[in-house]
Amino acid sequence: MNTQTSDNSLATVSAMRQPVGKQLFWILAATIIALGLPYISNDYWVSIGTRAAIYWVLISGLNLVVGFAGQLAIGYVALLTIGAYTTSVLTAGKLFEPISVFFALPAAALMGAFFGVIVGLPALRLRTFYFAMTTLGFATIVTQIALAWQSVTGGGIGIPGPEMPAPFDSSLGFYYLCLGFAAICTWLSTNIARSRFGSGLIAVRDAEVAAEACGISKSALLIPIFILAGALAAVSGGLFAGLQTYITPDAFTFELSLLFFISILIGGRGSIYGPMLGTIILVILPEIAAPLAAWSTFLYAFLLLVIVLAMPGGIAVLLDFNNRRPLEKHRTVAPQTAMLAALNPHQVSGQTLSLQDIVLTFGSVRAIDGVSLDVKPGKIHGLIGPNGSGKTTTLNVISGYYSPNQGTLTLDAKRLPVGMPHLRANHGISRTFQTPRIVGEISVLENVMIGGATKGYATFIQALLAAPKERRERKALKERAVALLQVVGLGALAHVRTDRLQHSELRFIEIARALMIAPDFLMLDEPAAGLSNDEIKKLGSLIQAISACGTGVLLVEHHVDLIFDICDDVTVLNLGKILAAGTPDEIRAHKEVVNAYLGG
Amino acid sequence: MFASILAAGLAAGAIYALIGITYNTMYSTSRVMSFTAGQLGMLGGVFGSYFILKLGLPIIVGFIATLICCAIIGFITEIVAVRPVLKSLEQHLYVLSTLALALMIQQVTAIEWGTEPRPFPKLIGLGEGVWDEKFWIPVVACALTIIGLEYLYRRTLVGRAFVAVAEDNFAAQALGLPERNLRVASYMLAAVVGGIAGFSGGELLLAFFANGALLNFYGFVPVALGGLGNNRGAVIGGLILGLFQQAANFLVGGIFASVAVFTLFIVVLLAAPQGLFGAVASRRV
Repeated sequence: MNTQTSDNSLATVSAMRQPVGKQLFWILAATIIALGLPYISNDYWVSIGTRAAIYWVLISGLNLVVGFAGQLAIGYVALLTIGAYTTSVLTAGKLFEPISVFFALPAAALMGAFFGVIVGLPALRLRTFYFAMTTLGFATIVTQIALAWQSVTGGGIGIPGPEMPAPFDSSLGFYYLCLGFAAICTWLSTNIARSRFGSGLIAVRDAEVAAEACGISKSALLIPIFILAGALAAVSGGLFAGLQTYITPDAFTFELSLLFFISILIGGRGSIYGPMLGTIILVILPEIAAPLAAWSTFLYAFLLLVIVLAMPGGIAVLLDFNNRRPLEKHRTVAPQTAMLAALNPHQVSGQTLSLQDIVLTFGSVRAIDGVSLDVKPGKIHGLIGPNGSGKTTTLNVISGYYSPNQGTLTLDAKRLPVGMPHLRANHGISRTFQTPRIVGEISVLENVMIGGATKGYATFIQALLAAPKERRERKALKERAVALLQVVGLGALAHVRTDRLQHSELRFIEIARALMIAPDFLMLDEPAAGLSNDEIKKLGSLIQAISACGTGVLLVEHHVDLIFDICDDVTVLNLGKILAAGTPDEIRAHKEVVNAYLGG
Repeated sequence: MFASILAAGLAAGAIYALIGITYNTMYSTSRVMSFTAGQLGMLGGVFGSYFILKLGLPIIVGFIATLICCAIIGFITEIVAVRPVLKSLEQHLYVLSTLALALMIQQVTAIEWGTEPRPFPKLIGLGEGVWDEKFWIPVVACALTIIGLEYLYRRTLVGRAFVAVAEDNFAAQALGLPERNLRVASYMLAAVVGGIAGFSGGELLLAFFANGALLNFYGFVPVALGGLGNNRGAVIGGLILGLFQQAANFLVGGIFASVAVFTLFIVVLLAAPQGLFGAVASRRV
């Protein structure tokens, strides 16, 4: 889903942008069809339309969990059940005095939000399969409880659904009510998708490690999403009960869960309109294939298998015409470093990032064995050594991925917390990775914007309602990302889907992403690997320009020419120990270094 | 009451443990957790009832036929739902492909076999009360399966090849082990274990299409308790789960028993993500 709607004042971007008018046209067309449905068809189709709208209320929330966050929540029918029973029980007065359905629905939403988080908890810490299993187990249990708790749920006999007050008591009125809910949910989920929360979810899904380095905390991101998805699912359940007029546990088969899930998969990950289309298709499909009703679960399951095996990208990829246009073949990266000074207004902070006697062991292997080094502001510090000498591991210690067994890591004489990678960005430390960790399915620009995650202050609620603060922030972030792409020389590719780029370009994207926070310290892990000689030269001058703005750079590299050309200090590691440290000239002449690494 | 909790708990626990071993056996060679595990347990009961009660085959012939049918399902699982998605393991597509296959199996069973639970034949006719065979057969089957698997893994060449592939897939391939065939074989072996679980537990669970979904969950809990790929952990976890569930069943009643199991599951997952007997997984940067 492309989100470029505001105007770009930095308009050298040769835009391959989403035609906004076209999108608006489709939204308008869909609205007219939805509103006009009762006038061009009969009650039967209105009830099908109602059903689709109700399902979409749930799916719009679930889409954020499945399509954006990549969490395989396959048992969401349980939350639909909870919402349906809560609404029905409260309006029927089985537990307390009967209340109006418009109070019962918010109560159901609260229940849904609560259970949405409970079921989601394992997803914060555990492998995907565990979460899938938890939601599945939860679905089984909720049905069992609905059956057994007879005094409240009516057991197998069931309970009447909530009665809608006028004017929503007619099938037509109810249809428009559900349509209204569906429209609001579309708006809410689109807002989230376009906010930093949406891009954060995608980052966590496809590049979790990089997301952490950008300051994105998985649990802080997922919990509000689970709350939202749970609440929407329960509201959908309340409406569902209204549609059914009478609910029994049999109404909530696992087939529904499948329908929800497949709608999203058909629609495509990271899209809003794809899953919406998927929902409509899947609601209509059984009506067309009525003779096969007994086999519907089988058909859904078969469909799921086919989608997974044959078209994991879904409709959204099929409809993404913009990214079919061929890219220019012989592209060169042309950094415009002159612009950088204006973007990184660094008053040289004078802080020093300092490692003292760091020791890190894996079992009996001492991967880092007493390493000390200082990265100074405005200087480039090279870190070289043979493979396995502990260079990347040192970076990972600084990033907080590993907790050292001994030694201290300080920033301006203050100790940095160990093992908290998502807090590094707040301390002005950013990095790139040995193999670029980039989200392939979103545009280059969106990838770069992920780097500014810590510069977003709008709350989840503000993002949900597209509050002005959130929009201002987003716009500023986007302008900065566009400018930084020009700095690293990729301005022309801003709106291209990232997985279409070549390897060397990904390295420059990572640098642009790391510059989003105007870092005090930038760590580059073999940025020249896989680059041509010409590109390495450009990279070198880019790094020099970055440090000239006051950023301290820690550069891990195998291209010693680059190291000796641009570094102010060099540390040589061997087998986890410091072999030598000094200026490039000293290192070049160091006898052991020549023997161990450089070759004579 | 204590005796009945113990009998029913150990019996159910043995069945869950066997399903847990089914999960583990498939996981060990492919790193895939397959949703077909529970369905195989269900099929063990359904095939058993079909061959022995409906077709009137002798018990031993029916038992072997059941296991052969399950092995075929295991073979199909590997070909259809596992092999195509192994390339992109990190995307976890196997969750969806195996779920899809599991649901297809369940739906075909529901239509061809019916949605009502049907009786499972008496196998031996020995013991009554808490010593009824429906309680002790699963326990004996579980014990025999473990002994058989231990013998296979420790004493036979094929078994050692399994262990090698499970331990380090790439190194095993470099040694020239037929990794793909071993994987297919492990899926068939897992299916046989699942079939044994369903067959031995048939008198307790009956031949019922909906057992698959239940066994999927209750069979996974021991895996979560015991740690992925840890068969001993799965047996201990399974027996604990069975006893816990039956105790809750007798003491607080049916629905709260399942709530209790679910709560136990979530709490253990959050407190010890690697399982009670598993090793801590290292970080991936």
